[in-house]
Amino acid sequence: MLKQVHFKSSALPYMLVAPQIIITLVFFMWPASQAIYQSLLIEDAFGGNTQFVWFDNFIELFDDDHYVKTFVRTLFYSAMVALLSLSVSLILAAMADRVIRGTGIYRTLLIWPYAVAPVIAGALWAFLFYPTTGIISTALTKIGYEWNHQLNGNQAMFLVIIAAAWKQISYNFLFFLAGMQAIPKSLIEAAAIDAASPAKRFWTIIFPLITPTTFFLLVVNIVYAFFETFGIIHVVTKGGPANATETLVYKVYKDGFIGLDLGGSSVQSVILMVLVIAMTVFQFKFIERKVEY
Amino acid sequence: MIENRPVSTFISHAILIAGIAIVIFPIWITIVAASHDAARLLQVPLPLGLGDQFFDNLKYVLGKGVGDSAPLGLMLFNSLIMALMIAFGKIAISLLSAYAIVYFDFRFRMFFFWMIFITLMLPVEVRIIPTYAVVADLGMLDSYWGLTIPLIASATATFMFRQTFLSVPDELLEAARIDGAGPMRFFFDILLPVSRTSIAAMFVILFIYGWNQYLWPLIVTTDKSMVTIVMSIKGMMEALEETPQWDYIMMTSLLAMIPPVIVVILMQKIFVKGLTETEK
Amino acid sequence: MKKIPSPVAKISLAAALTLSFSTNLMAETEIQWWHAMGGVNGERVEKIAKDFNATQKEFKVVPVNKGNYTETMTAAVAAFRAHKQPHIVQVFEVGTATMMAAKGAVYPVEDVMKDAGVSFDKKDYLPAVISYYQTTDGKLLSMPFNSSTPVMWYNKDAFKKAGIDKPPVTWDDVEADSKKLQASGMKCGFSFGWQSWVMIENFSAWHDIPFATKENGFAGLDAELVFNNDNVVNMLGKVGEWQKSKIFDYGGRRGDSLPKFVNGECGMWMNSSAYYGAIKKQAKFDFGQTMLPLNPAIRKTPQNSIIGGATLWVLKGHDKGDYKGVAQFLKYLSSPKVQAWWHQETGYVPITTAAYELSKKEGFYDINPGTDTAIKQLSLNAPTPNSRGIRLGNFVQIRDVINEEMEAIWNGSKSAKDAMDTAVKRGNKLLRKFEKANK
Repeated sequence: MLKQVHFKSSALPYMLVAPQIIITLVFFMWPASQAIYQSLLIEDAFGGNTQFVWFDNFIELFDDDHYVKTFVRTLFYSAMVALLSLSVSLILAAMADRVIRGTGIYRTLLIWPYAVAPVIAGALWAFLFYPTTGIISTALTKIGYEWNHQLNGNQAMFLVIIAAAWKQISYNFLFFLAGMQAIPKSLIEAAAIDAASPAKRFWTIIFPLITPTTFFLLVVNIVYAFFETFGIIHVVTKGGPANATETLVYKVYKDGFIGLDLGGSSVQSVILMVLVIAMTVFQFKFIERKVEY
Repeated sequence: MIENRPVSTFISHAILIAGIAIVIFPIWITIVAASHDAARLLQVPLPLGLGDQFFDNLKYVLGKGVGDSAPLGLMLFNSLIMALMIAFGKIAISLLSAYAIVYFDFRFRMFFFWMIFITLMLPVEVRIIPTYAVVADLGMLDSYWGLTIPLIASATATFMFRQTFLSVPDELLEAARIDGAGPMRFFFDILLPVSRTSIAAMFVILFIYGWNQYLWPLIVTTDKSMVTIVMSIKGMMEALEETPQWDYIMMTSLLAMIPPVIVVILMQKIFVKGLTETEK
Repeated sequence: MKKIPSPVAKISLAAALTLSFSTNLMAETEIQWWHAMGGVNGERVEKIAKDFNATQKEFKVVPVNKGNYTETMTAAVAAFRAHKQPHIVQVFEVGTATMMAAKGAVYPVEDVMKDAGVSFDKKDYLPAVISYYQTTDGKLLSMPFNSSTPVMWYNKDAFKKAGIDKPPVTWDDVEADSKKLQASGMKCGFSFGWQSWVMIENFSAWHDIPFATKENGFAGLDAELVFNNDNVVNMLGKVGEWQKSKIFDYGGRRGDSLPKFVNGECGMWMNSSAYYGAIKKQAKFDFGQTMLPLNPAIRKTPQNSIIGGATLWVLKGHDKGDYKGVAQFLKYLSSPKVQAWWHQETGYVPITTAAYELSKKEGFYDINPGTDTAIKQLSLNAPTPNSRGIRLGNFVQIRDVINEEMEAIWNGSKSAKDAMDTAVKRGNKLLRKFEKANK
């Protein structure tokens, strides 16, 4: 944590952390405490009428089986996004690691989705799969598969998973490739001399050696799916049909921002905050251990 | 590779090309859609090849901006300012705080660290109304400050730089001390230069993060001269009873993609290096 | 670090720009108008403001697009809580109860006009349009801006091909015509958008049956939803059946199903009359509009349909002088010339009788037959407590609940009865919450 060789305490370190701490206090801690307070209130949208109701909002939320379903759905969604994105980028990275020529070009092309804003990514995928006119949806209809993600919840879920995973492929690819290229060539050569097939070499040598990268990416991807794909869901499905693609973050937004139920949505924010802290501690412990290794 | 196997190399290339074709397909469709007129984009089957309206659409979008929004040049400029302010702001304050946490022994060190750390992930979308109230009270609505400062506190960057600093050999500080360098001179003359790949990597991530902001700018700005390009695209899609003008939307999306793509492509090597160095 | 330009230089540049932007428009009093019109309609809003600004020098109306309806409303709420509210905000009809309940925030339009000494006569306005936005004692709270009502759009060419000689009047006709359309090669008979509004709210008003107790919420916050009645449930159950054979095909919320109609997939489409402009631009066939279908078993003749769309609310908290400008602008906005132009361009219904008459005189309905269907539907009969409109708190969320449950019928995961019962139960919970928050 602290450098063996370090400076003694003085006023300086306080001044150094001050900007960060002030911004955190003003723009995070204060609003977060407001949210906690709000979660104990029932209030009309314009704030003209306020009642303190203790934990009524919490009780109501946990009574609502929609919330529990949303929770489970979010876990499924995040896991699928991570799985899809990681496996596609792992395959592509493994291939790019094998070829000698063209790696630079492949990498340059693969990096595009990373730069696309979530709302724009959502718009692109919605455009491709738009029932009736979308390029992919009409092609699917032609081969006899009826596509209508506005009616079919599973299709809607599939679509937001693809769109979210797509955006993350670039990032994962870069990390996997870097991880693979850092493996000493002598190890692979030794295996090649033992006449191990490329697939076997990958699973017995390369894959175990990049496990730290994989685990790191798994955490990053799950966090990404949890919190940062809001824009995609917002544009592609708005959480529908019949709640099929509503995630925890989207529900906070929907209840608070669209429904103007500030108390009810603050409760969910508070729960998310707790979840974030837990995930953070987990991630921190993991990365910390890895550093020692 | 070690052995020369033309068949397997061929298969690798084939898989890569197929994979890239799939990944890049939506981007290609953006370009295609930006090159047709709006009516064509509502007829089945939609085109897969380029149309002849590309430059007309470009001229239209550049010339007047779409809908009631500001000129496109100004929107791009606003996005650029916002992205740069967020990126540099986050990097600056995170470098300083990481430096304090790694190199100084002081009271509340761990307290500060955790406080920064738990701000990590909760997106601004879920605490937007109280945050808005703070910004309004501080009189920062409709300004670049209001757009950026609330997004500047960053645990990710602090954490990254902390990791970088931890991997810097202790000998550097010892040597600097022998030379009689004070803490700030050590920071600027030695620590920053050795951390430049991490800084560059962070810059890429944060620039894109800043550029892609949508809901926050929508809430804190009302002045048309503050509109950013990502905001304007979403606005164009919400055309109520009118049909979205997909040609202009796609053209604007394309223009909105270019700056972050340039940043990523130009900095891809240093980006990977910076991230993997500290990640190990 | 060489490649990266100095942050300090950038920031001071930004600061300089902020400064220059905020100082160059000081001469006139600015009236902030937050609205939700994107795309082409956004340009029309700009034009209205520009034209008004050209008529006088004292005030400058500044329209700002704050995203879609919900984003605009929430932006205004957040701004009000922080005392940064605009003068005028456009709010959709489902937000009406929330706005009404905000007593300290809203400046009723009728008072705005009176206090500013601007002449204003309610009799000039179409009763069906303004009744939605009046208090129980008849005071007009907000100025209708873009109002529409659902109508039945149909593909004339497809009807001809299928050998149907007149548009459907009853739901039985809709079923029979759909089958004929399908027999002639169409993929589906009909579709609709804004499903809660079209298929439940308007279906109820059209047949003069209550959507909620207490005069659909007009008479008190303690209203209860009652749309899980047999009439609605049977109707939706039938539509759910039709989904299987594609007599009906669901195409999403709001206007997402429009391509099904304009691409000739479905022969009929029920949605807002305001889609006129979009359909005209996209449809490659002759199309018409007719009144919503009726179920004669419920009621022999239709009552009247209810409006949707948005109105302009004036928010309190600005200088008294500003509201003079607001009043002048609202007066300008409802002048026959502006209204007739807006109506003809967009397909929204005109809000004044004079604008309707002007459009008639200009021959608009002769050149575009059927475009007065909406007005005819709205003014078919004097509105009853069941057809005046709907005024329920948390209605944005209730509509979402209804949408979710309706989608569950269409995809076959719930029966109509089950779905509507759940929707009523979940909706009533939201109503009680609103009642509690606004007592």
